[in-house]
Parts: sequence; structure tokens; C-alpha cells
Amino acid sequence: MEVGRLPISAALKGKLVSAGYTSLSLLSSLSPSHLARDLNISENEALDILKHAPHDGRIDTSGGHHIISGAQTAWDMLHEEELLTRITTSSVDIDNILGGGISCREVTEIGGVPGIGKTQLGIQLAVNVQLPVHCGGLGGKAIYIDTEGSFMVERVLQIAEACWDDMLANNAISQNVHAGQVGMQPKDFLENILYFRVCSYTEQIALINYLDKFISEHRDVKIVVVDSITFHFRQDFEDMALRTRLLSGMALKLMKLAKKFCLAVVLLNQVTTKYAEGSFQLTLALGDSWSHACTNRIILYWNGNERYAYIDKSPSLRSASAPYAVTARGIRNNVSNCKRIKLM
Amino acid sequence: MASRLISEMGLPKSIANVFAARSIKTAKDALSLTEFDLMELADMGLAEVTSALAHISERVSPPYQTALSLLEQRIQNEQLAGHLPTGLKGLDEALFGGIPFGVITELVGPAGIGKTQFCLKLSLLASLPTRHGGLDAQVIYIDVESKFSSKRLIEIGAQSFPEIFYTRGMAQEMAGRILVLRPASLAEFTESLQQIKLLLLERRVKLLVIDSMAALTSGEFEHGASKINPLGWHISFLKSVGELSRIPIVVTNQVRSQSSDDTWRYNFQVGTRHRDLEDTSKYDSQLIAALGIHWAHAVTIRLILETISGERFIKVAKSPMSPALAFPFSITSSGISLLNDDGIEVVGQEISTIHCDGHSEIIHSDTLQFHRQ
Repeated sequence: MEVGRLPISAALKGKLVSAGYTSLSLLSSLSPSHLARDLNISENEALDILKHAPHDGRIDTSGGHHIISGAQTAWDMLHEEELLTRITTSSVDIDNILGGGISCREVTEIGGVPGIGKTQLGIQLAVNVQLPVHCGGLGGKAIYIDTEGSFMVERVLQIAEACWDDMLANNAISQNVHAGQVGMQPKDFLENILYFRVCSYTEQIALINYLDKFISEHRDVKIVVVDSITFHFRQDFEDMALRTRLLSGMALKLMKLAKKFCLAVVLLNQVTTKYAEGSFQLTLALGDSWSHACTNRIILYWNGNERYAYIDKSPSLRSASAPYAVTARGIRNNVSNCKRIKLM
Repeated sequence: MASRLISEMGLPKSIANVFAARSIKTAKDALSLTEFDLMELADMGLAEVTSALAHISERVSPPYQTALSLLEQRIQNEQLAGHLPTGLKGLDEALFGGIPFGVITELVGPAGIGKTQFCLKLSLLASLPTRHGGLDAQVIYIDVESKFSSKRLIEIGAQSFPEIFYTRGMAQEMAGRILVLRPASLAEFTESLQQIKLLLLERRVKLLVIDSMAALTSGEFEHGASKINPLGWHISFLKSVGELSRIPIVVTNQVRSQSSDDTWRYNFQVGTRHRDLEDTSKYDSQLIAALGIHWAHAVTIRLILETISGERFIKVAKSPMSPALAFPFSITSSGISLLNDDGIEVVGQEISTIHCDGHSEIIHSDTLQFHRQ
């Protein structure tokens, strides 16, 4: 495109030409201050001119900022975030402290002691993601990466049946589901969970590398659950520095996956004890450097006789805890508790 | 999968040669390095390294299955969709059929409560023909503390299944299917595991019992004192071999008293800690399972055997598919039997606590005791 056709004042055009910028491609890699100096104009005017210069030969149609390719303004991001739907956990209290549920485009780490319900929550999310949007799901499929063998298929069926019952009860699906009509039967929920069993950390790394290609071929996947991210990294690792590097590499790849395909990534973690402030405390496994890797962190813990979920780390949600229960139907609200949400 | 050779992965010749020259022979070698490490080591650009890693990753990744096909496979190929019935009605119902295949089930409780009795019964059940609810297969019983009593085994068999055991030759055949190993040290145990791996994968052995796991180590790794857990390799091995061969693995564990170092609090809960600290008398009577928290994460099902006011209970403390139920039981000449099949629901911290009234009241597994009944 010729400089002469730019929608700027003639004086500016004249200055551009006399400085040697006869075509727009020459402007494409300039910064506004550089151009301002060259033409002896103000930076604002230089900015105006550069707005019309194509970057790298591409026409920027995404509405992104023209100065830096790939960047987005906070306003655009806010708009996008509002459109983001979340996946319900089936417990209204937990959904509330999460701002609606587990969010997409983010990596959420969930940790807790054995038996607290991490796998239960993972399975519940793998089922819930398949629900239609107006029921709290995303209408998508789930990838469940099992590193410990805790995925009990009978339990998944039980949770799926309870989910289907709830949907019927809420009239979300018609009572008269004809044979052959597309409607979610409990077994259909199982068909949409893609199960991978990983037996070593090498397989775990390989699979996470491969997910990019796999998900491009299975675009309806909307959640990736890894149960647990810890198991293969807790033993047989003599070189701790290597472990840290591999873990952070994995975390970055998962974050990229979440953003690229707009899906939720949920990592289940175990606990260990550490010595701090004069006593032993419980903390999530994999060390301090890992604790920086995930965007959100939820800790499931026992408070007296009840199970609670606590938001330990989140860029936008405040620290709060909410009670929940693990029932035969899956994760649900803890009905026996009157004082629901406890803000920290 | 991790030890697959790079040379067999169909990478472009030039890249494969460079990797081989730098001693990157197996998939594990390549994937243990970050992209930048590889770039430096192999002197290749980022794009080449990324595509080589993507290529290797695709070939090393495990295949997937839908949860539905997993379910259908289990129902079709395995007895009771993958469960070994224990004969204890309430417990079998809670566990969706019995001890599940392919995962580790742990029995933990104070000494003398009946863990070995349970193991003996299970071994017998697995050796029975299928028409009697068994797996019709061999059993490997790793007896670390020399508690295996063949006399008691035959007694349980004769009392529980008289029609089989009094048939000529059957007792010998059943007992003949149970192979007892007695490793004297952790090293011997490791050795035995390697040896039986083949047997397990050939599916002639359909139950593995380890009695007890805790006796193999001296408990020095509690609290992460050493970063490397001496049982770490064994835990991974058991889990993977159990999965591949789809057999139940039953392991017994001991208990130890809770020390003030044991903690169940996170840093955000610290405020509530002070109350418990004063009540240190509580700690002496509190028992917890041995082998630490890493082991607790690794087992899939944890059954706690305990005594409360003279009554014995077997409690499902950790299970991905059952609520926490406790069943009262007693030890009889025919093994273990439940006094109540309905189970009492247990909530909260009670689920993982182990009760023990006092060691003097615990009856040790002496055959003398049973003959009285």
C-alpha cells in the first residue's frame, strides 16, 4: 500500500516521503519514537501513522493492538472473560467461592490428604463438563489421565447416573426420550470420557507433549484432568533439579494447552509434610517451585468432621472456604451445615 | 514404554544419529531433558528439537480408551466385573462386589486383630473353583513375619467349605495352589517381586498377598527424613504389575502411635492448632497407620481393623467408590465373619483414626483360641 493513500494530513505525507518512507512495508517494524525522531513530529502523530502500517505483512483482523502483535488490551480480555463459562462442581457452595465453577483457559491444582475426595471431584468434573451450558457444563468431552489407577469405572457410572437423574428432575431433558433420539443416557457420559493410563513419568511427559496434537484432532475436549500429577515424580527421582525443570516444563505446556484450546486443566496433587514455623505442617507435594506453576490452587481438607475446600491461590478470587460432601451421587453440598461459607 | 529405543521410532536419520551420538538412546533419555537442554546437547534448532520431541512423544504416549469401553471390557472379561468376593456380605456390597482387581487394597490395624486371618481366608477364596466364587487360580503369599499357618488355613477351609474340603484330594489341591514366600530382607523381597512378575503377567497367579509391608522397613523414612522412600520402587512396581495383570493385591500394614510431630494441619489452619497441643495426652493413645503419607496416597482401598470397647470393626476408610462404613466382625473357626451386614456410617476424622482398646485385650492369632469355639 502506498503512503500516498494513507488517511493522514498532506503535511505528514510529505514528511514521510521526504524521509524516504515511500511504502508502508518500510514502516512495519518501526517504533513510534523512532519514527517521531525521523520525521520530527510528535509521538502521537507517529502513532497515528503507524496504526495503518501492516505488521509482518499480515493484516491484523483480531482487533488486537497494532503496536505489539499478539497483545490484547485488558478491556478486550475482560469482555472475553465474561463470556467464559465455567464447569460446575455440583456443590453450590464450592461453585460460589469459585465464581461459578472451574474456569477454562486456566490450570487449577486441587490437593488434599488421601481419602478427602480429590478423585471424586476429578470424576465429577469429567462428568459435569459434558452437561449442556445451561446446566453448568460446556457440552464437551473429558480427558482423564490416570497415573495412580484410582479411576474406578463403577463409580463413574454411579456418578453419571446420579447426574442424569438430576437433569431429569430439573426437566432439563424431556421425560420422553425416544430410542435413537440424541439425549444423554448415563452410559453416554462414559463414552465421552477419554481415559489414559500412564505408568511412568516418561509416559506422563510424552502424553502431555502429545496432547497438543491429540486435542487438535478432538476439538470437543473441554477439560483435562490429571490424577495425580504427583505420583510418578515422587519416587525414584534422584536429581531434584531435573525434577523441578521437568515439572515446570509440564506446567507451561498445560497452560498453553488451556489457553490455546480454551479448556480447563485440573491437576490433582498429593500432600506431604514440611517443617515450618517451628512445627510440621501439611503442604501440597512437589515442592515450592511447583507451587508457583499453577494459576489456581484449591486445598481440600478436614475441618472437624466435615470436608472443606479452600482457595489457596487465585489471581481473581478471594481466599474462602466452603464445605462439601462426598455422597453416593458424587460431590454435593454439605446439607448439615448452616454456616456455609467462611471467608478468610 | 519408557525404555523404547529412539532408533526404532522412525525419526529422520540425521536426528536419530545425532541423538545416538549423544547417548540419548531411549525415550526416557530424550524426554528427561527439556527442549533447551536438547538444543544444547544436540546442537539443533528449536524447531527441529520440538518436532523430534513431538514425534517421540506421540509414539511413547499410552493409547486411550473411553470409560464406556473400559466398563464393558471389565464386565465381559472379568469375574464380577473385576472383584474378588470376600464372603462378607456387607463388605462385598460396600466394595461393589469384593476386593477390586488391579489395585492395592490395604489392611491396617493393631497386632493380633485379624489381618493375617483375613489374608488366609482371601487366599483360600482365590484358590477355589469358580463355581464356588473363587478365581480358580494360584495365589502368591509373601509372608514377611512368618505368620502363615497352613494348619489354620486348612481349618478355615474345612469349616467354610466342608463339601469341597472333605472331598478327597481337594484340600491338597487348594492348599497346593498357595505359594508361600518368606523373604528375610528388603533386598530378598525386591528379588522375589522381580521373579514373580512373569507369573503374574501370565495370569496363572490371580492374587498377591503381602503380609506385612511394614515389617520390611524400619520406618526411617517417616516425615520425609530421607527424600527417597525405600519402598518407592516397590509401590510403583506393585501398582503397575497389578494393573497390567488385573489381579487384586492385598497388603497388610502395621500401626504406630501418633507423635506430636504428626500433623494434619495446613499453614492456613494454624490458628486452630493451639487447642490440640495442650491435649497431648490424646497423642499417646492415638494410632496411625505405618509407612507414611506417601503410602497412604498410593493404596486405593484402605480397610482399617480396630477395636472399640471390646468389639472389633472393619472399616472402609479409603475407597473411591464406597462411603465410610464400619462393620463389626469376629474371628471364628471359619475365618472372619461379620456380625452385622448393614454397617455403621462413619464421618469426619473418625474415618481415618485407628482405635485400640489396649494390647492386653487383643487376642493373638493362636490356633488354640479357635479350637475353643
